[in-house]
Amino acid sequence: MLPVLRVSGLNKSFVMHAQGGLALRVLEDVALSVAPGECLALVGPSGAGKSTLLRSLYGNYRPQTGSIRIRHREAWVELANAEPRTTLDVRRHTLGFVSQFLRVIPRVATVDVVAEPMLRLGATPEQARDRAQFLLSLLGIPERLWQLPPATFSGGEQQRVNIARSLIADYPVLLLDEPTASLDVANRDGVIDLIRQRREAGAAIVGIFHDTAVRDALATRLHNVALPGAQA
Amino acid sequence: MPDGAYNYAYLDEQTKRMIRRAILKAVAVPGYQVPFGGREMPLPYGWGTGGIQVTAAIIGQDDTLKVIDQGADDTTNAVSIRRFFARVADVATTTRTEEATVIQTRHRVPETPLKDGQILVFQVPIPEPLRMLEPRETETRTLHALTEYGVMQVSLYESIARHGRIAKTYNYPVLVNGRYMMSPSPIPKFDNPKLDNNPALQLYGAGREKRIYAVPPYTSVKSLDFEDHPFEIETWTECCALCDSKESFLDEMIVDDAGKRMFVCSDTDYCQERQQQHRPEKT
Amino acid sequence: MSDTPLLSVRALTKRFGGRVACHDVSFDLWPGEVLGIVGESGSGKTTLLNCLAGRLEPDAGSVSYETASMGTVDVHRLSEARRRLLARTEWGFVNQDARDGLRMGVSAGANIGERLMAIGARHYGEIRGSASEWLGRVEIDLDRLDDRPTTFSGGMRQRLQIARNLVSNPRLVFMDEPTGGLDVSVQARILDLLRGLVDRFHLSAVLVTHDLGVARLLTHRLMVMQGGAVIEQGLTDQVLDDPQHAYTQMLVASILPV
Repeated sequence: MLPVLRVSGLNKSFVMHAQGGLALRVLEDVALSVAPGECLALVGPSGAGKSTLLRSLYGNYRPQTGSIRIRHREAWVELANAEPRTTLDVRRHTLGFVSQFLRVIPRVATVDVVAEPMLRLGATPEQARDRAQFLLSLLGIPERLWQLPPATFSGGEQQRVNIARSLIADYPVLLLDEPTASLDVANRDGVIDLIRQRREAGAAIVGIFHDTAVRDALATRLHNVALPGAQA
Repeated sequence: MPDGAYNYAYLDEQTKRMIRRAILKAVAVPGYQVPFGGREMPLPYGWGTGGIQVTAAIIGQDDTLKVIDQGADDTTNAVSIRRFFARVADVATTTRTEEATVIQTRHRVPETPLKDGQILVFQVPIPEPLRMLEPRETETRTLHALTEYGVMQVSLYESIARHGRIAKTYNYPVLVNGRYMMSPSPIPKFDNPKLDNNPALQLYGAGREKRIYAVPPYTSVKSLDFEDHPFEIETWTECCALCDSKESFLDEMIVDDAGKRMFVCSDTDYCQERQQQHRPEKT
Repeated sequence: MSDTPLLSVRALTKRFGGRVACHDVSFDLWPGEVLGIVGESGSGKTTLLNCLAGRLEPDAGSVSYETASMGTVDVHRLSEARRRLLARTEWGFVNQDARDGLRMGVSAGANIGERLMAIGARHYGEIRGSASEWLGRVEIDLDRLDDRPTTFSGGMRQRLQIARNLVSNPRLVFMDEPTGGLDVSVQARILDLLRGLVDRFHLSAVLVTHDLGVARLLTHRLMVMQGGAVIEQGLTDQVLDDPQHAYTQMLVASILPV
């Protein structure tokens, strides 16, 4: 399979103006590519820049130089320093991101929080709600909570709501940042199944998995991330 | 002969020319308020200084003047103004609508239909129809210039919301010639239909605010309304106690201390004409 | 994705005497986008907004708007009549102080119905019907339809102002600190309402705020202003999560954690 995500020459440093312009180099000349059906696990010590890389791939962090190209609407699109509306369109249709933290929207029912990305892709409200309810039950969110806003849920529940929201649309490329952190074993296995199904259906996945059991269950390849200069 | 102590019709000739120019402009742009350099007149603001200046500018010795106040020829103000022009302009005066060439009026339009060649001069207290809705003069001028009259419709909406119908009964806003929103002066809305397509020339003078506007003969004057709340005039179940008219605008009068009431025509000339026609033996 | 921006701003500059309120601002707003303008008081946000909405004449630069029916127009070269027509049909403007955007002397229904009447609606029942519908959409009880906004709370007034603006189905809404000066709980309700309405009616919006939380919740893109100039822009999450400019880093670092 040909890759759908190609990264080359990626450099990212943070300049802290409050600390007298201290520059923190985090990514140096990163290159990787992922094909459909692959799950690339980013590995490396804590603080090596795994999250920074993942966030750069999502367009959340802005790299200084380098290229992040993604297959989007049957063409290659450059994501590094792309126009905001390009990034938004790629995120809406092609690129999903599962993080540990749900950014809570006040007063919106859980089922609608989950259904929203699918609605934006043009699904009918019924289709989106059905799919949202299916995912919520699969992830063990009790039905009595579906109509409530997730603001008051426990951390684990919020995380599972977020996973449901991130996986409801069939994004061809998925970025996972510790998708199973703080989940109990039963829920963790549910999430693993969901992601594996997505991978087997042809999604290209890049993820950070601290839990080696999860990594072993999902990853098809490993990619070493190290701080610039730390590589021996 | 007019009173020699004054120029003909009281105002000097330059002033009359200036007012006539304003009137011509007003006639040319129906419903548009033309500013003019109003003069001090020998009576207080609110007593018809705008109407008198317009009348003074257009009156000539061949004219016959009628002056009414709330429809009556015999109220103090009507009598005084009539006498004033008889003295300074040497004009014939009358109380009969059909004999008059110039009719100065406060708050009424005569019941007797007007004819070609007659001029109706209105005394206007507040010329700006949007004043109560938008106090800034700069803004009301812009609204007129751009024909933005939604706010007037808002006031009618509000009236229906509050009272179940358009409760405005006098000074009811009209659109002139499909273009300018105009205050018809505080005439009862009963008189509004008479303004529409009238053969007479209508001139409006506001003395305190120094504005003149006009409706030329046979010009469309439409009272604002809603499709489902159309414009309607007042009706009475009573008829005039003096002339039995069912068609005229009636004043309610309390005639004794016991609160006994009667309804009579507000237009005294119209009422007397009818009384004479019905009871010719008494004349 | 559309190929024509809804609003195209080039080299916009506005001075007040010798003071530059807004310097050389350029950007495109695309259909469906919500753009936030953030920065502290006096940074030129509101001046910029007023220039965009045609309420202030810039000293230099242009604002082009892609109308629904008349093609692309230069907002500041339009006749006042056309600009005002645009402002009450295709645009909305939500003021920080609802009293500036409402007629306090007439009922809620009349406030909502005014735009409809201004563009020719003359059926009382239908106008009232639309007003009721919008009152419901902004979550105000229908039995308040004939009450004046003077009897409304601050949050209700703001929601009424939003209804009054959206009743004519505008395509572009300008908002100047729409939740400024309101209690936090009232703010949340308005933000959520705005978010829902923007989604539902595919609105584009330019939102001025000094509250980065408001910006995070409502906007897709951010422009950060300091001293009248745009010093940083990008996707909202980029600017807030990976701020580049010293001033932006300071702003983001100044958010109080909850």
